[in-house]
Amino acid sequence: MVIPEEPPARTTSLLPVSAVSPAALADQLRAIGYLADEGLAAAAYLSLALGRPLLLEGEAGTGKTSLATALAQLLDAPLIRLQCYEGIDASQALYDWDFPRQLLHLRAAEAAGTGGGSAGTESTGTSSGVADRVKELEGQLYDRRFLLSRPLLAALETTPCVLLIDEVDRADDEFEAFLLEVLSEYSVSIPELGTIRAAVPPVVVLTSNRTRELHDALKRRCFYHWLPHPELEREVAILRSRLPEVSEKLARQVAVAAQALRAADLVKPPGVAETLDWARALRVLGVDALDPASVAASLGAVLKYREDQDRAGEMDWIAVLAGV
Amino acid sequence: MSDADPLVALSAFGAVLRAAGVAADAGRIASFTEALSLLDASRPADVYWAGRLTLCSDPDDLPRYDAAFAAVFGGQPVAALEPADLDPVVAASSPAATDGPPAPPGGDGERLRAAASSREVLRIRDIATLSAQERAQLARLLAAFSLPGELRPSRRQKQAQRGPIDRRRTIRAATRTGGEVMALHHRRPHQRPRRVVLLVDISGSMAAYADALLRFAHAARRASAPVEVFTLGTRLTRVTRELSHRDPEVALRAVSVAVPDWSGGTRLGVLVRSFLDIWGQRGLARGAIVVVLSDGWERGDPQLLGEQMARLHRLAHRVIWANPLRARPGYEPLAAGMAAALPNVDDFVAGHSIEALERLAGLIAGPARRQLVAAHA
Repeated sequence: MVIPEEPPARTTSLLPVSAVSPAALADQLRAIGYLADEGLAAAAYLSLALGRPLLLEGEAGTGKTSLATALAQLLDAPLIRLQCYEGIDASQALYDWDFPRQLLHLRAAEAAGTGGGSAGTESTGTSSGVADRVKELEGQLYDRRFLLSRPLLAALETTPCVLLIDEVDRADDEFEAFLLEVLSEYSVSIPELGTIRAAVPPVVVLTSNRTRELHDALKRRCFYHWLPHPELEREVAILRSRLPEVSEKLARQVAVAAQALRAADLVKPPGVAETLDWARALRVLGVDALDPASVAASLGAVLKYREDQDRAGEMDWIAVLAGV
Repeated sequence: MSDADPLVALSAFGAVLRAAGVAADAGRIASFTEALSLLDASRPADVYWAGRLTLCSDPDDLPRYDAAFAAVFGGQPVAALEPADLDPVVAASSPAATDGPPAPPGGDGERLRAAASSREVLRIRDIATLSAQERAQLARLLAAFSLPGELRPSRRQKQAQRGPIDRRRTIRAATRTGGEVMALHHRRPHQRPRRVVLLVDISGSMAAYADALLRFAHAARRASAPVEVFTLGTRLTRVTRELSHRDPEVALRAVSVAVPDWSGGTRLGVLVRSFLDIWGQRGLARGAIVVVLSDGWERGDPQLLGEQMARLHRLAHRVIWANPLRARPGYEPLAAGMAAALPNVDDFVAGHSIEALERLAGLIAGPARRQLVAAHA
């Protein structure tokens, strides 16, 4: 799919036909088990409608990654995930040549006698035909079939798809500049092959845990949304929708307890992901109603720092859970 | 929105946001109007979200945005925006600000001041107490060592004797020999020194050290690695260019001309913020090693310093704080500014003697290059 010199098809709306407003999109997301609040629904709606990346920042476990999963499910498109880490570079994010296969091709060409073969080394370059054959062989080596697609290239070549660039703050800042290049044109130039451009730009969701400030240029390309921890009622709704086997009472108790933990001054306040883990753990333990003993038994599912567990152990759980 | 021209209202909103410190430039306003065209502009909630998603880019922007939104579309005054937030640089450089806010009252300040004035009594071989001859010796010593920052792997790969196989180069060589691999080529990430940013406090409480620290900065500046130097007094001054002269005496004279606020008060929080706003955020502090040479004696709001240090810490690779007072027996970071900054400092070291500065240079160079620096010194 080499399409040189064609303007990027950026304004194509990727919205499902029935999603006429953010509220309608939120309803559709709810139907597949993702509860988006008004702001997030507007963010997803605009991002889909205008074909611009969505940058989600917020505490860990507030549903940044799951939004991409939900969007992929909603659009019935594959999810392509690029997990960033320190030192990630183009050959891991974009493309790489399949060198072993190129070698194999060279050997095959040699065996078949179609390439330069042994003549190239023996006849000391007097024949121009040999040079042509070598050139031809080199040309064959840089064919599309020897190109390995890494997530970014795969996302440009898959239509439609949802591209999740996870924890972009972990990558080096040079990598951001590189991402910006890909995200503004939705095309990639491969020196040996030409320009590969996305027929329809992918839905791009970037997430960041804000361990590092992202470059302003990257932020400007995106719609920016800060995901807070959900409010009590929404958290109960999330628990109920994700874990239907958990009773209304237990879901509410877990949500109230999680809110209390977030209000306490913890090293790592629990996110929704931890609340879900907690409810699951309580379910496995056969707990129907939360009490100080069951909190103590299952705290490891929700708090992962010893200091936090100590602090939570000192909390007055009877008062917290009173009236729920 | 009212029945006035919506575009006028949007531009006015942008102006209010910019005054409040949100970077709502023309490009972002254009995105805002584009987003709004897809939503229902008669619904306040849609206007709110269209603006928040396009105009904000930082959690710190959100309260400012909310206040500005309420002011423009809710008919409320912009009460939540503090004038001090608007332009720290102008505020810091106006003559009236030279006096600075009063020192924070309370026992902490008094104890530290007592420690500072009884300096002579303590038998510390301290830069502050050196004779003129010893100072000259120190100047020669400091000029002798350079300050290459810790190495970082660059994205570029280069040929190497060992390391992962450079398949591209190997294959290219093999095509020349008809697909026969004659020799394996290797490659490794190219190593690059990190940028070093020195923030030198030249306020009154640091007067005894300022000269030596600037010499240290000069020695650092002479190194091949990128080094940026700023002075912190009542205002922020970039002295990188002045310090680039080879002769330390000439360089220091140039600095003394360029810096208008020797031995004044310090407003570290405001200055660190203007450093970040003007230089750091744009890339100077990104991935760099930032060294603050200061006694942490803050005359402004220590909470602001804490917040700005957190911001600096997120941008920089490492934040090192060298405090000349740290070497004093029984020193505790009691100065309110120091206490506020410490949680966001990777290394807290002394900076009172040549040995301490050498150790600082070693810390900046990182483990791999420490021996090299020691050999230079």
